Amino acid sequence: MSQEKKEKKMTLSLPEEELMGSGHRACQGCGAALAMRYALKALGEKTVLCIPACCWSVIDGPFPYSSLDVPIYHCAFETAAVSASGVKAGLEMVGDTETTVVAWAGDGGTFDIGIQALSGAAERNDDILYVCYDNEAYMNTGIQRSSATPYGAWTTTTPVKHFKNRPKKDMEAIMAAHRIPYIATASVGYPEDLFKKVKKAKDIEGTRFLHIYAPCPPGWRSRSEDTVKLSRMVVQNAIFPLYEIEWGEKYTLNIKLREKKPVDDYLRMQGRFRHLTEKEIAYIQEEVNRKWERLLSLMDRSN
Amino acid sequence: MKKEKQAKEIIFKSEKEVPLMPMSVGNMLWNKTGGWRNIRPVIDLENCIQCGICWKFCPDVAISIENERPVVDYVYCKGCGLCAEECPSKCIAMVEEEK
Ligand SMILES: Cc1ncc(C[n+]2csc(CCOP(=O)(O)OP(=O)(O)O)c2C)c(N)n1
Ligand code: SF4
Ligand code: SF4
Ligand code: SF4
Ligand SMILES: [Mg+2]
Repeated sequence: MSQEKKEKKMTLSLPEEELMGSGHRACQGCGAALAMRYALKALGEKTVLCIPACCWSVIDGPFPYSSLDVPIYHCAFETAAVSASGVKAGLEMVGDTETTVVAWAGDGGTFDIGIQALSGAAERNDDILYVCYDNEAYMNTGIQRSSATPYGAWTTTTPVKHFKNRPKKDMEAIMAAHRIPYIATASVGYPEDLFKKVKKAKDIEGTRFLHIYAPCPPGWRSRSEDTVKLSRMVVQNAIFPLYEIEWGEKYTLNIKLREKKPVDDYLRMQGRFRHLTEKEIAYIQEEVNRKWERLLSLMDRSN
Repeated sequence: MKKEKQAKEIIFKSEKEVPLMPMSVGNMLWNKTGGWRNIRPVIDLENCIQCGICWKFCPDVAISIENERPVVDYVYCKGCGLCAEECPSKCIAMVEEEK
């Protein structure tokens, strides 16, 4: 019996090679660190990252160190997309058409300050992969609300008495309106799906937009060991469904739900939602149901 | 597996040694993040089903696969507890560090 056990080979669901090393500066249980680890497994060595001010510009390490085995261009907060467009154009000038140029930005750098540069790149259909790792606030500067912060959440600029009372911006819809070849949502709770999407996006020409759900334990007041669980729950309760949009029109749902889970367990696991009353949670549930129905109808329409 | 890379801190003796272009010349392995840990994951290999899930979900790349078994690198493990939480056979215990 034990003999048999010894001979068993481990089969890993992702490639073993790592382009992200230990020693980086992310907090315990950081979803953004997981997102990078999986994305780089799919991207490979021939990759350039353009990282604007965000947690990842700190996680990577101080100059002259880096925890990633690919070149990084640290750019200004609002310039992730335009920096990537520029790097891509430069590489083309010197005859390099192989390297994947990636803009890697937080939700603040994407939904808020970087949206003009991103919209410009998408409208031109520049050949870049734009990745937004979404921890739903400005974490690097101390948990301020962004337009990706969901309704009901506490942040330091939306204190409990005045919690955020506006919905999260629908970035996928905005990107779809640009008619770019590829848009996808992903979650660190589904690494194989995330990996597949990065691989797919890598081989598409034009602007690709990937939105990755990435929990932040200190910012969400959640337990570090719950990062992956939250990233699965958020998909299963349809707060953050996993889907793809091709050319702004063809919608595909990647993780189908036999039954949609209620939102309250998910909310209760995070201190940032602790103050919510039954009524407010019921409102969030209604909104999720409404958005989910809308998404399903978009799926139907494109099939 | 990996870890053939050296953990060395770079020290510039004078300004002249600093590269002209801002480029990274070293990894972060000198930053031994194991010191952040309050609780440590201890794997009971007897009950391990070798699924690799702990390896997959470690945000610090602190679990490697050696001889078809998961091994925790305590030099870098920050003690987040994700591996223990996700292990399907519940064979990783999070044990308080002695101070
Ligand atoms: C023009 C400009 N304004 C403000 C800042 C300060 N700043 C640096 S990072 C950051 C927040 C980034 O938030 P997000 O993009 O969500 O990334 P996260 O830190 O959450 O990973 C801010 C406001 C800056 N660096 N540049
Ligand atoms: S603050 Fe949040 S996103 Fe930033 S490194 Fe820490 S866990 Fe990651
Ligand atoms: S406790 Fe966290 S950092 Fe340590 S090995 Fe497990 S998953 Fe990795
Ligand atoms: S998750 Fe648990 S069962 Fe799976 S390889 Fe790791 S220790 Fe073994
Ligand atoms: Mg953020």
